[in-house]
Formats: sequence, C-alpha cells, structure tokens
Amino acid sequence: MSNNEINFEMALDCFLLAGRIMIESGAETYRVEDTMLRMARSLGIEDAQSYVTPTGIILSIGKKQITKITSISNRITDLHKIALVNNVSRKLTNKIITLEQAYEELIKIQKTNYFLPISLQLLTAASAGSALMILFGGLWSDLPATFVAGAVGFIVVTILHDLTKVKFFSEFLAALFIGLVAHFAVKFHLGTEIDKIIIGGVMPLVPGLLITNAIRDLMAGHFTSGISRGAEAFLTAFAIGSGIALVVVAF
Amino acid sequence: MDYLIQFIMSFIATASFGVIFNAPIKAIPICGLVGSVGWMGYYSFLQVNATEVHATFLASFVVAVVAQIFARWFKTPMIVFYVAGIIPLVPGGIAYNSMRSIVELDYTSGIEFGMRAFMISGAIAMGLVFAEVIIQLNYRTLNKGKTSMQSFARIKRQKVK
Repeated sequence: MSNNEINFEMALDCFLLAGRIMIESGAETYRVEDTMLRMARSLGIEDAQSYVTPTGIILSIGKKQITKITSISNRITDLHKIALVNNVSRKLTNKIITLEQAYEELIKIQKTNYFLPISLQLLTAASAGSALMILFGGLWSDLPATFVAGAVGFIVVTILHDLTKVKFFSEFLAALFIGLVAHFAVKFHLGTEIDKIIIGGVMPLVPGLLITNAIRDLMAGHFTSGISRGAEAFLTAFAIGSGIALVVVAF
Repeated sequence: MDYLIQFIMSFIATASFGVIFNAPIKAIPICGLVGSVGWMGYYSFLQVNATEVHATFLASFVVAVVAQIFARWFKTPMIVFYVAGIIPLVPGGIAYNSMRSIVELDYTSGIEFGMRAFMISGAIAMGLVFAEVIIQLNYRTLNKGKTSMQSFARIKRQKVK
C-alpha cells in the first residue's frame, strides 16, 4: 500500500480507537503508545506523535494531517479486550488485514461485552477471597464467613457502581458491608478472626493492578500517567480503609 | 502437605482473579499456574528466612519470568498473565493493619505498617521491571524481538535524533 492510498482520517480514528479501548481496559501507558505508533509505522506514517494519559489521548499522524483528542472517563480491568486489540494490531502490522478490516474489528471489540456471567464472577470473587484468607494464615473454620463477606462485597460494589457511577462511594459501602458481615460472623460465633475475614473479603476490591501499573508507568518515564494512576489507587485504598474503619470504630 | 495446600489455594485465588479481570478463557488456567508458581516462590523464600520485602521481590521476578514465557508462547500481552499472578503478593493485610492502627489513633504503628506496605508494593513493581529488562537483554543476544517497553524507548530515542 503506497502512502497516497491511505485514508488518513480513518487511520487516525482507527489508531485512536485502539488506544482508547486499551486505556479503558487498564493497559499500561507505554504499551498503548507503542501499539498506536507501531500501527502507524506499519502503514508508512513515520512522523506520528502521541500523548497518552489515563484520562485522554492526543494523537497526531503528521504535519499536514489533522490531530485528534479523545477523552476517557471510565477505566476497568478487562484483559480480554487488551489481548484482542493486541491481536488486531499484530495482524495489521504484519499486513494480514487491511486498515478497513482492522477498524471494523476494533469497533466490534469496543461494542461487545466479553465479561463472563455475573453469577460466575460472584462465585470466583468469593472463592478468591477465601483462598487468599487461607494463604495469609487464616483458619479453615473462617472459610464460610470469608466466602459470604467476599460475595457481599462484590454484589454491593457491582450494583452500586451501576447505580451511582461513583467508584469511591461504591467501594466505601462495599468495604462497610464486608466489615459488618465479618463483625456479625464473629459475634454469632460463625468465625473467629475478624481481621483475617475482613482482609479476605476486601481482597477482590484491592487496587493491586493500579498500584503496579502506576509504578511501571513511572519507571517508563510517564510521570503524568504514573501519578494519576497512583492517585486513583490511593483513593480506592482510602475508600476501602475508611469503610472498614467505620465498622471498627462503631463496634 | 503444607506446600500442597498452599499450591492449590494460590491456584484457586489467582485463577479466580483471572475471571474477575476477564482474562481470555484459555488463559485463565495459565494465570492460575503463574500465580501459584509465584506464591510458592514467596512461601519457600520465607521458609529460608528471607525478609518479606526480599521474598516479594524474588517472587514477582519469578512471576514476570513465567508470565513472559507464556506471553511469547501464546502471542498475548504479558499483562494478561502477570496481573492475576501478583495479587497474592499484594500487601492487602498489611495495608489493612496500617489503616486500622491509624483509626485507633496508634499513629506510630500505622506509619510502620504503611511503610511496610509501600516497600512491598515497590518490590513487586521492581521485580516485574527487572525481569522484563533482563529477559529483553537475553532475547536481544538471541536476536529475537523485544518487549514493548524497550521498543517504546527505542522509538523515542530515534525521534530525538
């Protein structure tokens, strides 16, 4: 494909969409920039420039072409989408598919919800919390209480996030409910160690990915992204901590 | 027996986190395997009297190496495999203790727990980055592609020239 045949506007939209899906799914900033610039170079656009932060992307594909901005407000962790976008970019770079096909595939990826059924997610969130409780040295007799606490926390955070769209609030209330479940479990002798039950219950909410990605972004020289991801992680940790703290203080 | 329980439990925990983070379905058992290998590393290092920060660093190094191998095998981004794998290493319990001490107005131990949590999360990220760079050097001597962080740095360098 020679340089003149490329539909530059579609190319720009295509790269921007790829970057947007990746940021919204929780990919690292340097990987997003790398993917977009790789796709651009494979089409012969050598002087593409990008500026990626977790809240927006600016992409320019040359002096004579237009520059576009996209703003991003929602970020979740969706590894399936990252893998799919990576696959599309790999195919485009190796010239297996054309730009039009890549753009169509990306639009399809953006619209589809790849998450497993919510009941299965609930089950896994609860079992993840219980398994981690055992790993952290908890008692086997606390397993049912942790399972219930993890499930309650996951239900609350999912429902409230759908209703309010305020991440801080839903995480705060989820942590509050986990604390209450743990407290009453110990009170009615269904569990022994309240600390271990709470830790197991909140583990599915803990921003482990955010913290790690923040430090990795900082190390790659993306200070803006690193600091803002770090702030997001700190807010989440603070929400969980204050939810639990309320229970500890109240009882 | 103890090791077996730890292995099974860490497998369950990480594979479950694979589901929560929506890893591709065929990658979920691999996520579990990466996580349990990393946790077994952490557990064994603790048994030989390593401190928790050192053990976390070495374990996340192991996680990154195993994840990198699987990432090249399945031609999938490395993030898919290591994200769930580092979850058992995340200092959730220590961060909780820090928060709880601060609420109970015991600031001294609150800061102490907080610093421990900070050091451990730093160790996780350091382990991941070290492993990625070392593997990249290794592959470059074998002349076989590169990690995205390195190729990103290379593009930036070319621009400066």
